Amino acid sequence: MGFDRRKFLKTAGLAALTVAGTPLKSLAQDDSTVIEAVTEVSGLPQEHPITAKRWAMVIDLQKCAEHENIKDCARACHEEHNVPHFDNTKDEIKWIWEEHFEHAFHELENEHLKEKFTHTPVLLLCNHCDNPPCTRVCPTGATWKRDTDGIVMMDWHRCIGCRYCVAACPYGSRSFNWRDPRPHIDKTRPEFPTRMRGVVEKCTFCEERLAKGQIPACVEAAKNDALVFGDLEDPDSKVRQLLKDRFSIRRKSSLGTQPEVYYLV
Amino acid sequence: MLEKALSGDRRYWTWIIILLGVIGIGTLMYIRQFNEGLGITGLSRDVTWGFYIAQFTFLVGVAASAVMLVMPYYLHNHKSFGKITILGEFVAVSSVIMCMLFIFVDMGQPFRITNVFLYPTPHSVMFWDTVVLSGYLCLNILIGWITLDAEKKSVAPPRWIKPFVYISIPWAISIHTVTAFLYSGLAARPFWMTAVLAPRFLASAFAAGPALIIVLCLILRRVSNFDAGKDAINKLSVIMTYAMVANVFFVLMEIFTAYYSAIPEHAAHFNYLFFGLGDANSLVPWMWLSSILAIVSLVLLLNPKTRHKENILILACVTVFISLWIDKGMAMVVAGYIPNPLGTVVEYSPTLPELLITIGVYAIGALLITLLYKIALSVKKRAAA
Amino acid sequence: MYDAGKVIIGLIVFLVLITFPIWYNVASGKATYVPELAPAAKGTACVADTEYMRANHMDLLNQWRDDVVRNGIRVYTAPDGQKYNKSLTLTCLDCHNNKTEFCDKCHLYMAVDPYCWDCHVIPEEVR
Repeated sequence: MGFDRRKFLKTAGLAALTVAGTPLKSLAQDDSTVIEAVTEVSGLPQEHPITAKRWAMVIDLQKCAEHENIKDCARACHEEHNVPHFDNTKDEIKWIWEEHFEHAFHELENEHLKEKFTHTPVLLLCNHCDNPPCTRVCPTGATWKRDTDGIVMMDWHRCIGCRYCVAACPYGSRSFNWRDPRPHIDKTRPEFPTRMRGVVEKCTFCEERLAKGQIPACVEAAKNDALVFGDLEDPDSKVRQLLKDRFSIRRKSSLGTQPEVYYLV
Repeated sequence: MLEKALSGDRRYWTWIIILLGVIGIGTLMYIRQFNEGLGITGLSRDVTWGFYIAQFTFLVGVAASAVMLVMPYYLHNHKSFGKITILGEFVAVSSVIMCMLFIFVDMGQPFRITNVFLYPTPHSVMFWDTVVLSGYLCLNILIGWITLDAEKKSVAPPRWIKPFVYISIPWAISIHTVTAFLYSGLAARPFWMTAVLAPRFLASAFAAGPALIIVLCLILRRVSNFDAGKDAINKLSVIMTYAMVANVFFVLMEIFTAYYSAIPEHAAHFNYLFFGLGDANSLVPWMWLSSILAIVSLVLLLNPKTRHKENILILACVTVFISLWIDKGMAMVVAGYIPNPLGTVVEYSPTLPELLITIGVYAIGALLITLLYKIALSVKKRAAA
Repeated sequence: MYDAGKVIIGLIVFLVLITFPIWYNVASGKATYVPELAPAAKGTACVADTEYMRANHMDLLNQWRDDVVRNGIRVYTAPDGQKYNKSLTLTCLDCHNNKTEFCDKCHLYMAVDPYCWDCHVIPEEVR
């Protein structure tokens, strides 16, 4: 029997399946990161990066309350990262912002809470959890937890804008670009990209600044050490000292997300 | 066989043209949404899934319900279902395609959708949802086509299709279980994170799906001379009844757990739906409508005298469908976000562009059903002659 | 063949129309057009040689994207040993600072519309 039509179609179908199977090689893709330190040439990132095994932030609520302008932190972050400003809460995008205690720690319902705290502004941002529910649900790997330093990263090239991560985040840390953000950016900084409509964004612990040896913008803006940033795995770090000496709480700690932003009461 | 969709009377072509017109309007609206962004919908930073995903969730259930025609025929030899399994399979095809379209229009970067396949993430339920839905679509197209083709040639379907038919039964269950898992695994949303969500979804699927199929069968009897047969319709209505009872039972279970435990985080969402929270009460009338329709449908369905009367059956089917469309769609999806994890209440209601795009997608589904049913009926008519 | 005359004339008209892009470009001299790119404003060499960049700059940028965003590797060592920051805005556009006269020239000619610019800032446009 010759090579008839049926045989041709069978062979072509098998060939097509084989070709379609090649993307599966990306399953072997390793997301573990290597942050190199490069010396010699000046002006390059990673000349003197600051690295850690597990980045964490400690926020001192007392010092926040004493700060003359708590909005400095959010302004520094949003200016550094070209975060757009919308007048309405519907399209709002925020990487770091203030809430009242009762909203920030909604699970600590307490009608007779110490007066001082009922109006204490609390700075909220992505907690860069150790067990993040947002990275678990992302269908493309556009957000993931870095093995090297624990930062929950965003890849805006890969994000398909499904907003599953926004649904999964128990802290409301993530924002979606409902529109083109560019017309709403007060002053665009060329050193950092903007994002486009249709992707989710959030705080990335200023990983691009860390690579250049700079602390996060919000930490820098909080001049009175209200925000402390450091390596939780380093027993001598300031964050570890603070957590040893003072009473700290985390948001919704019973959910098992292991947030790495601690609040000193 | 496809050419059979191209011959029809005036009513047929008028209907097609109307659908194409609606699809055109939806498409234009979508182009605007694509260019401007999803900001033209009513979605916000706090309510990030709304009308589109509500339709998706509801339609996955309708798609799964094809199994309620396949199972009695292939597993339990109820001959009367033999005539209509193809109708169930084509409803599944149309529903799954509508599901995929609703996902597509809801995405921020829809043309990156291939990233889900290029970078598979087995830890994400959404990845698996894409896989099982695609697989289910292929299964139903294959099974529908092969069985219809065999009928056209007046022979029994080839034996190798049987395993696919058998696989489609647990696969149908899986598509709706996985869709429920999208919601029920999220610690952040206590309204969704309930073990009974998957059983509830399945129960409502097996009520809403047969309701649609019964109505379609009765429409087919009007516009063509295809008669599904009283036996099949009766058996389907019994399936629908039992499923609706189970669904209402599950909802009552949820209400008990939330209110008896009185945990604010759980009860707050039910309060929002049934009583409103402060000034936020846009879903309250819808929720009560859904509940009343559910009771009405059960009253009509549980009594065999009313269930067997065709006019009343149609009314019962419509009330079941609408009740579940509200409950499983907008109510379930939107109330998960209200109040938000910080305890604030931000309401949501769909905008006109959102509604027009939705109607456009439904029109595409209706067009598919029309074309596929036309083919199926033409084949059956020929074979019977 | 029935209506042989009409059919053959029709075929010839069709062929002429369908090959219009080819013979029109040759006849009007546009076929020999090569976009003229503005020279870089500074620097002596690019991160790779021109032949390679002309054909593969997209692959290089994709590789840079994955290296920086997904792997945190931000420094690129060129074949000539020079080290660069892997950044479209800060490295590429630092030397090739006129997007209209450089990038767009070829992109427009080839009807290519990369969406990099939706996010990556063009320094000239925001100064």
